[in-house]
Amino acid sequence: MRRICLSMLAIMVILVAPHLAYAQDSAPLPVAGLEAFDTPSDDGSSVTLRWEAEGNVPADVMRSTSRSGEYEVVGEAETADGIYRDVTVELGVEYFYALAFMTGDGTVMTEAAGPAAAKSNWFRHGRKNTLVATFVMFALVVIYVTIARRGKELYVRKIAGLNAIDEAVGRATEMGKKIFYIPGIMSLSEIQTIASLSILKYVAKMTAIYGTSIEVPNKDPLVFSAARETVKQAYMEAGKPDQFKEEMVTYLTYDQFAYAASVTAKMVREKPATNFMIGSFFAESLILAETGQAAGAIQIAGTADVTQLPFFVTTCDYTLLGEELYAASAYLSREPVLLGSIKAQDVAKAILMITMATGIVFLAFKTDIIVRLLETR
Amino acid sequence: MQPLGLSIGVWVNALLTLCILSFLYKDNPFFRFAESLFAGMSLGYYIGIVTVQTLQPNLIRPLGETFFGNHNYLLLIPMALGIMLYFRYIPRISWLSRIALAVYIGYYVGVLMMQKIHGQVIPQTRDTIMPVTTGGIDALWNLVVIIGVFSVLVYFYFSVEHKGVVGKVSRVGIWFLMISFGASFGYTIMARISLLMGRFSFLVNNWIRPMFGS
Repeated sequence: MRRICLSMLAIMVILVAPHLAYAQDSAPLPVAGLEAFDTPSDDGSSVTLRWEAEGNVPADVMRSTSRSGEYEVVGEAETADGIYRDVTVELGVEYFYALAFMTGDGTVMTEAAGPAAAKSNWFRHGRKNTLVATFVMFALVVIYVTIARRGKELYVRKIAGLNAIDEAVGRATEMGKKIFYIPGIMSLSEIQTIASLSILKYVAKMTAIYGTSIEVPNKDPLVFSAARETVKQAYMEAGKPDQFKEEMVTYLTYDQFAYAASVTAKMVREKPATNFMIGSFFAESLILAETGQAAGAIQIAGTADVTQLPFFVTTCDYTLLGEELYAASAYLSREPVLLGSIKAQDVAKAILMITMATGIVFLAFKTDIIVRLLETR
Repeated sequence: MQPLGLSIGVWVNALLTLCILSFLYKDNPFFRFAESLFAGMSLGYYIGIVTVQTLQPNLIRPLGETFFGNHNYLLLIPMALGIMLYFRYIPRISWLSRIALAVYIGYYVGVLMMQKIHGQVIPQTRDTIMPVTTGGIDALWNLVVIIGVFSVLVYFYFSVEHKGVVGKVSRVGIWFLMISFGASFGYTIMARISLLMGRFSFLVNNWIRPMFGS
């Protein structure tokens, strides 16, 4: 009996010995100081884990709702990263976290960190520079609009394409032909479209005064609605509400190329004297402008889409480049609010140029403070 | 031998492609037919897409759940704004449609202003601050970029007349713009030619060659 007990004891020692050895002499874990906390400046959708890495091994990120509860794997991390963001959390629920590693002796877990709960934050501190820039822009606009409203004359330089509008409308009037105004293919969520509607109002007012026929074919339903209101308003302001017809502003289709096919076909059939293509355009720009040119129309285009500008430059008589499109409505209407905005934008541009120049000089002296101030997260 | 359905699809596809391409010669009834079919079908398709992918998941279904205990009554506001857009067809209350449009435009102007400042203005300003005193070809290219940015910004400066020094700098800006337009033009034309080749490849490989059994 004694021999049997001694044999069993020997077997147990053999089995347990490696584990005892690991417990006593095990290498240190590849991470230390694991901590879990709510991700700062976010919308409450994540908890961040941070640790000090002592080596680089893959680890399972384990999570539980109680310290001694059952942990489940919620992700994988490399210990060298030193950080992990758990985006699978529920807002306000407290979690405990641990990292688990595979060793030759099985799975080893760090001590649990937490509790940590995700909460939504009011401010995103990494975007303070955006906040400051927005306030500066806002303040400049308010200041210059106020100045303009008090009657101070604000200078805006001549923009070649805009001076041609009167000439283009006059040409259509003399020829007794139609004017096409294409407000781009994007919706009202695109600022270019809004700027385009301002120019449309000016053009429509002129067509109302001269009794010229205008057609505004649309792709977007909301732009269609807004364009119809704009043209109607222009005719009312010109004192010719009876000349406004709903058919002046038409809806074609929502598909980009079906729209392009319909407009180009109209251009070929109706041979307009003038085409305005002002707004946001994509691949249909060259199709429209090329057809308009082949149809013999005088063409004035304007867009801020850099990839489409080359096509307008090559096929149109006048092109409003980028920001000229936004300046156009102010230039045409001479309204204090719009002129003030243009002036504010110019001051903002000057501030940007000074900032860049200062940053470049600082870099020459090995100081990157301006670059760091402009970091965005 | 292609299945009949596939074969009919290829034939319809090929004939409509030819109808559209016939516009290169001149306007004709075949083009008019294809154009009208394209416009009408795309509009119908769009209405279906909006109903199934936008209205149902974002409004109709959540609103249905609202009346079964989810209490998401805020959805009634966008629904009301959407309906208000149609008031323009009722002359007596057509002014209400302007409120919906104003909300839509105002929302996007506000959102886009932040996006542009955060996503474009600040990063582009930061990226223009580049070292020019390090020597070598990199410093030279940095200088070219900096001159380009400054001269183009001067071109888009509307508060001063473009004459004298400002005029000369803005002329440099126009040169930079035109060079970039030229590069963009060439790049896009290449992409368009590849689209044309794709269409001809379809006509030859999927339509003509199977007709002759090759």
